Amino acid sequence: MEMEKVIEVKQLSKRFGNFTAVDAITFDVYKGEIFGFLGANGAGKTTAMRMLSGLSVPSSGEAKVAGFDVYRQTELIKRHIGYMSQRFSLYEDLTVRENIRFYAGIYGMSDAFIRDKTASLLQQLHMEAEAGKLVKSLPLGWKQKLAFSVAIFHEPQIVFLDEPTGGVDPVTRREFWNLIYEAAASGITVFVTTHYMDEAEYCSRVSIMVDGRMDALGTPAELKKQFDAASMDEVFLRLARKAVRTAD
Amino acid sequence: MRTLRFLLQKEFRQIFRDPAILRIIFVMPVMQLVLLPMAADYEVKNIRLAVVDHDHSVYSQQLIRKISASGYFLLTRYAASYQEAMKAVESDAADLVLELPSSFEKDLVKEEEAPVFMAVNAINGVKASLGSAYLRSIVQDFNQQVRAEWLQLPRFNPEPVVQVTSSNWYNPLMNYRYFMVPGILVILITMIGSFLAALNIVREKEIGTIEQINVTPIRKYQFILGKLIPFWVLGLAILSIGLLIARIVYGIIPAGSLFTIYLFAAVYLLAVLGIGLLISSYTQTQQQAMLISFFLIMVFILLGGLYTSVDSMPQWARYLVKLNPVSYFIEVMRMVVLKGSGTGEIKGHLISILAFALFFNTWAVLSYRKRS
Repeated sequence: MEMEKVIEVKQLSKRFGNFTAVDAITFDVYKGEIFGFLGANGAGKTTAMRMLSGLSVPSSGEAKVAGFDVYRQTELIKRHIGYMSQRFSLYEDLTVRENIRFYAGIYGMSDAFIRDKTASLLQQLHMEAEAGKLVKSLPLGWKQKLAFSVAIFHEPQIVFLDEPTGGVDPVTRREFWNLIYEAAASGITVFVTTHYMDEAEYCSRVSIMVDGRMDALGTPAELKKQFDAASMDEVFLRLARKAVRTAD
Repeated sequence: MRTLRFLLQKEFRQIFRDPAILRIIFVMPVMQLVLLPMAADYEVKNIRLAVVDHDHSVYSQQLIRKISASGYFLLTRYAASYQEAMKAVESDAADLVLELPSSFEKDLVKEEEAPVFMAVNAINGVKASLGSAYLRSIVQDFNQQVRAEWLQLPRFNPEPVVQVTSSNWYNPLMNYRYFMVPGILVILITMIGSFLAALNIVREKEIGTIEQINVTPIRKYQFILGKLIPFWVLGLAILSIGLLIARIVYGIIPAGSLFTIYLFAAVYLLAVLGIGLLISSYTQTQQQAMLISFFLIMVFILLGGLYTSVDSMPQWARYLVKLNPVSYFIEVMRMVVLKGSGTGEIKGHLISILAFALFFNTWAVLSYRKRS
């Protein structure tokens, strides 16, 4: 069975002056999979993700996201993706409901759609009581779950998550991953960077970046076999230790 | 259009939810307009005078009384010698020394002229030059009084004198508040329009929400309009508050039409919002934006004709004033509020400020990038 490609990347690079942040990476991501994007700090994960989501112009190479070109069709890409950055990106001085309404509104969702989906979302997150509270009053774990839900509110084809669970407790992390599974099950492709190796085990496929290059790509089982390792942790350490570049 | 509505709703919610911004918007204009014009006084009063009277005659006493009765001088020292009076200047107890020679009365009566000596502490230039000018005119006046007394009705005046009588148009009492209040109001609107808008955008950069906005299909013009419109409305609201304060506290009722003021302000705000937008696209943190804003407002005020007269500036500075949008609005405000100028008379200013608005906004829009 031929799987549908939602992200196609060929020899994609990004250079800042003499520094090559992303060095000719090539890979495909298929519809509905959870694609893990691993690498040490400064390996180039965020830069790669920013190029794919239309925030950064590539220096060379080709890439298509949701069928659109990353050089010329970024505005079309933006309509079909969701993005959750490393930094918390909801408005702290707006309430939960106002944040949902604002982000849904700027993606062009109709009032009826926003009203119905907000109700079901708040129920799913068990946040009905917090709907009228300012986001800054919520605990970090709740904020992260809310930010993820807002990022996929407009039902994008792909959602990019940049270290979504940084600084979050293990219980909330598990809940967060349940949300990711649900999204993937509903057909949203999830592209996620992480530092937690247990999370890497949850992914359909995993890629590991070292010094801007993509040094490994495969299912967690394949990678463990390839590197003769017992866990993803070992795979990662074996690859990451080769890194010359230090974290930024 | 719908996207813009969501953006505006969000902006207004955030503005009205932030107590600090509300204070800036509503308390700052009241404070500035009530306090500043009272303190920023052009008239020099309370000049401290040290007198050295070597004559101790009736005339010297009369002159001294006349000086202290003028209301501009405080007789702080009655010194026995010039050296003693200079000590008072050195210890900052006096600004001016007036020395009357021992032959003052005799010379005045016999020779019809008597030299007096004046020494001025010129550290504060304005106080020094105005103080000595006041004193000179009082002495001159005294001089004529004495001559009139002694010459008794002269059949003809031996020295024809050209008398200059002036009448002050548009501000008959030379009330400097009529002159300052419209100018201060302009500075206020400028600060709100440009710097609050700049800080607002830079704040989104700092907390990272702008990245989230950039990854959505929001168009560049929608985002910019979403930021400009709220501050444009706030600027006009502050203008209204300011005009109301001017009316209640100072009794300043614009001689010209409010329409002219608002028309100009509407275009002017576009220009300063453009400046704010520019600041925000070249800075990364609120601190940087603040420092640049601070520098700009200093230049705007000093080269805007608020405190210093543009006509007395050197030629090169006058060219700089022409590049300062604030100077146009200050001039227009004074023309409309004091002189009652209509839209026709400020047409030139309006066209200039429109050009500023186009220039700054085009530059700002071109420099705002959704991608790096």
